[in-house]
Amino acid sequence: MDDLISDFLTEANESLEIVDAELVNFEAKPEDRAALDKIFRLVHSIKGTSGFLGLPRLEAVAHAGETLLGRFRDGKLAVSSDAVTLVLRSIDTIKAILDGLAASGSEPAGDDSGLIGELEAMSEDAPAGLAEEVVAAPVEEPRVLRPGEVSMEDLEAAFAAAEGPSFDFGDEPAPVESAQIELAQPEPVQTAQVAEASGEEGGPAATNQSIRVGVEVLEDMMTLVSELVLTRNQLLQLNRSRTDDAFVPPLQRLSTITGELQDSVMKTRMQPIGAAWKKLPRLVRDLSKELGKKIDLVMDGETTELDRQVLEQIRDPLTHMVRNSADHGLETPEQRRAAGKSDVGTIRLAAFHEGGSIVIRVQDDGRGLDTARIREKAIEKGLVSRTDAEALTDAQVHRLVFSPGFSTAAAVTNVSGRGVGMDVVRSNIEQIGGQIELNSTAGQGSGVTIKIPLTLAIVSALIVGAGGERFAVPQGYVVELIKVDGEDTEHRIETIEHIRMVRLREELVPLIDLSAELGRTARRPATFVMVMQVGQHRFGVIVDEVIDTEEIVVKPLAAALRNISVFSGATILGDGSVVLIVDPNGLTERAGEIPASAQKAIDEAAAWGEAEGLERKSLLVVRVGEGQPKAVELSKVTRLEHADASRIERNGHRASLQYRGRLMTVLTVDESQMLRSSGVQPLLVFTGALYSMALAVDEIVDVVDAQLKIELTATRPGLLGVAVVDGKATDILDIDHFMLLALAEQARSDDPANSSVDTREAA
Amino acid sequence: MSVKDYVTVRVGGQLFGLEALSVQDIFYPRNITPVPLAASEILGVLNLRGRIVTAVCARKRLSVPERGPGDPEPKAVGIEIGGDNYGLVVDHVEEVVKLDSDHMISPPNNLPSRWAEIIQGVFRLPGELLVVFDAKRLLTSEVGLVGAVA
Repeated sequence: MDDLISDFLTEANESLEIVDAELVNFEAKPEDRAALDKIFRLVHSIKGTSGFLGLPRLEAVAHAGETLLGRFRDGKLAVSSDAVTLVLRSIDTIKAILDGLAASGSEPAGDDSGLIGELEAMSEDAPAGLAEEVVAAPVEEPRVLRPGEVSMEDLEAAFAAAEGPSFDFGDEPAPVESAQIELAQPEPVQTAQVAEASGEEGGPAATNQSIRVGVEVLEDMMTLVSELVLTRNQLLQLNRSRTDDAFVPPLQRLSTITGELQDSVMKTRMQPIGAAWKKLPRLVRDLSKELGKKIDLVMDGETTELDRQVLEQIRDPLTHMVRNSADHGLETPEQRRAAGKSDVGTIRLAAFHEGGSIVIRVQDDGRGLDTARIREKAIEKGLVSRTDAEALTDAQVHRLVFSPGFSTAAAVTNVSGRGVGMDVVRSNIEQIGGQIELNSTAGQGSGVTIKIPLTLAIVSALIVGAGGERFAVPQGYVVELIKVDGEDTEHRIETIEHIRMVRLREELVPLIDLSAELGRTARRPATFVMVMQVGQHRFGVIVDEVIDTEEIVVKPLAAALRNISVFSGATILGDGSVVLIVDPNGLTERAGEIPASAQKAIDEAAAWGEAEGLERKSLLVVRVGEGQPKAVELSKVTRLEHADASRIERNGHRASLQYRGRLMTVLTVDESQMLRSSGVQPLLVFTGALYSMALAVDEIVDVVDAQLKIELTATRPGLLGVAVVDGKATDILDIDHFMLLALAEQARSDDPANSSVDTREAA
Repeated sequence: MSVKDYVTVRVGGQLFGLEALSVQDIFYPRNITPVPLAASEILGVLNLRGRIVTAVCARKRLSVPERGPGDPEPKAVGIEIGGDNYGLVVDHVEEVVKLDSDHMISPPNNLPSRWAEIIQGVFRLPGELLVVFDAKRLLTSEVGLVGAVA
């Protein structure tokens, strides 16, 4: 059903309830002008809206009722019980029509001429002032027809009656056209539900389906639930340090209920994304006329729900993206035919959930991004130098359209190219913690994918320490956590063009020092690097320590602090203290752009890593049990240890070892493998972001350089597959599997020293 | 006659007033989390019964010398502006006085110029002047805050 109609139904039903009550009131106290005015206003607005929506039957009845009410108001007609009854009857008729409308989505057929006649007669009778007897007769006679009681003759009569004043109500085409546009986005579910519900009781379906609640009430509820979540976190934290078990079950229950409550309240804020798409079919229709292009708009996933706050924020960017596709992306029918495509270009809008995010895609099947033109334009606008521009890859060139002040339209058209371009879209999306990506294939089309969080109210965050203070970092931005201190790390900080970088696998990642950015002194040397992804930028943020992960309720900063772009808000932690939430977008802005030469080094490193997909790797070959040799990538191994077997503590299936002041989990490669009970136990030590583990083997055989080409896929957990190493079939161990096992093992142990959690696993 | 209640506070010896209707609570500003990069008069943010309050130092705002080590613990006056909670950190909170706002006079010329923009007016009390703050401008005025970014 049309949203306009369903809104109207809700509103009209509410109004009618008031009218009913007020009319009864008014009858008792005819001198109550205020009541009369109110009734008049409500009936008038129903009349007006039904006229606007093309509902002639409703409009006619409401009009007649209003006229009679007008007589009361002018004092031309004394208020009699008959007159009021008549008005009430017209209200009943209006209700019946509304019910029919709710059930079928269109005005039910029926003849109201009898009622209208009576109302008119009563109004005409005005000057007499004593209407009581005069009206009494006609009141008795024609019964108001309910929807469903309609006979053929009545139908005919209705058509005849509707014919006369048709020029008055506007002649059907307008509403029909709008209905067609709406049809492009089918909403059969809603209609079906309404029909079903009203079929049962015949009651006012529209009022039963939903109630309207002020946004403020919802916001209040959200705030309260947020507080509750915080209090729960606080309780859970307190309980962690207690030995008393009595609190555990009720706390668990409280925790679950709070979580469910939070979900429910969150749901009240959810709206289907279709609400932001409503205007697009019309927009595309207008654009196609204006641009002389044939455009087909396909929408997919409009029922995907997201927080209304987020919805508001993406409305404009979406419109802009669709506009861009129509204007820049799609070709004219001639061009399309020349390229061997169908005349009609397609813009495909899709939305779906992915994890805690919603992904929205706008894809066209047009010409794709014009790399050469973008390059020229960027040089012209002074965004890059000619030499730099020539060195850029296509993907890097495409990225330039996100630069401020970039607009590729050759001419400034009405449609786009007004200087407000993709940079605004990008900043809008990034403001709400979203990411935006471009894709393009020459001749086949281009598209934009945005990924935004479902809600802005609650996010999981990493609590980090920098410059002696704690800060929260939204976890969605954190790709990886790496440890860079100490001599044993594989990640080394390098300096290129005065920019500090860390080598992460084959990639060079520029670094920002959080403490320094915030004007504080950092602890040296750097300890942890959070690798973050903001849009297409990947960078590392140096922090002193990583403390915890926590679900935080984002609270806005006061106006006096909003000019600090590095912070997006504040939150209250479980322990009651306030920490500031770091905004990675603001951080990159503040840290400034990376010089082109350094960027080149970064890109080269990335390109090299991609090209050398099958480069030779150093493999550590080990022996475990009797089967074929096993191997692991040497770069993943932090250290080889030969531990005294007696130092390994065994507790049931678990084994651990005091290692550099911490308890390190020791795992075996397979279950049949026995740890040595005496002598020396060879161990491979692996270090994750926040914890270490050891894998016990029988013997370390060799280090071999080989192409790691995995032939057979894994047959059991812990194995990546089989590869030929040094002429022998060798099992390649899946270290990530063992790291996860170790993490689970540590989570089980109650040793607080091991309570840190690797966020990648926890996320 | 339009009598209003004013909460009187003392900052660096001078008596100031705030419209009592705008004052939500009085509290000790404790456990303040500093906000890096903020204007110097912003002491930081704190948790007041689940609300995040931005603490603003009245002394710094008024360019009055900072408190000495022996001074008593300052208090904060809680004020909400545009949905944001602020705490104006003052030396003392004295009392609530009823004053006829018709008797408010414009600030004398000899007041420091930095005060002028954040002051509503002045009452002549027996023995001293009561300077009435314009709370909104005092706490959110762009001029004072942006200019002072460290």
